[in-house]
Amino acid sequence: MEAARNAREAAPRSPAALSAELSDARLVAACRGGDEQAWGTLVERFSRYVYAIAVQAFRLPQQDAEDVFQEVFARVFERLDTLREDDAVRPWIAQLTRRLCIDRLRAGSREVVADTEELPDGPDEDVLAQLEEAFDVHDALARLSENCRDILDRFFARDESYRAIGDALELPAGTIASRISRCLVKLREEIGPEARPENR
Amino acid sequence: MSGYDIERLSRLIGMLPPAPAAWRRAARELPRARRELDGIVERAEADAEFRRALIADLENALRAEGVEPTTWPLLDELRRRVL
Repeated sequence: MEAARNAREAAPRSPAALSAELSDARLVAACRGGDEQAWGTLVERFSRYVYAIAVQAFRLPQQDAEDVFQEVFARVFERLDTLREDDAVRPWIAQLTRRLCIDRLRAGSREVVADTEELPDGPDEDVLAQLEEAFDVHDALARLSENCRDILDRFFARDESYRAIGDALELPAGTIASRISRCLVKLREEIGPEARPENR
Repeated sequence: MSGYDIERLSRLIGMLPPAPAAWRRAARELPRARRELDGIVERAEADAEFRRALIADLENALRAEGVEPTTWPLLDELRRRVL
């Protein structure tokens, strides 16, 4: 069984399939072993999260957010060996992103108000909490069929119109709304009752 | 109805839009950029003329090596290590 799993993981896969298939710990282990495809998958798995923390929780302007984004992944790449528990990569990346955002805000604040002791606004903690939940939802989304994953992501995360989605997926625009509804139901089933907020 | 009603799920999906493609591409290319950086630094240490070219005009010297500096993610680190 282990051999079959190893053989399956050695075969070429799409980034989305690889992303859904590998646990964080296995992905980190593969990156540490020099697997560049795994590194690309790790970037794709966490890029939205890092971006959202910088832009939504810390409200960094785009240029600062880009600098933080690149610095986060450069440090992750350089310091992956120092991560004590491979499955703790997500909180590690979150902490790194928060720290770099704070550094960036402080540097900007020093430039703007050099003669005051005021610290810049911290992150919006409510947004940070919601981003954790959003990450879990996207994790569940990655386990759905490619069709559902694509349609929900395009509509809600990429803000594409029914027409644009229909054109991209070669579907009649009139069927998009019903497909979205069906896929949302599947997503809710995928998440399951144990992860729902009122059960936490 | 669960806490994850349809409206809430929709909002949570929308909270994580993709990061700009160019940012992601630069991050994905870090392993290759790291190899290029190490090669450039090694060569700069061994080849005084190449080092002078880097110091005189880093960006053009990189272009001559086939590295596009405007999208290369390790430019600042190269500056720190070579200049």
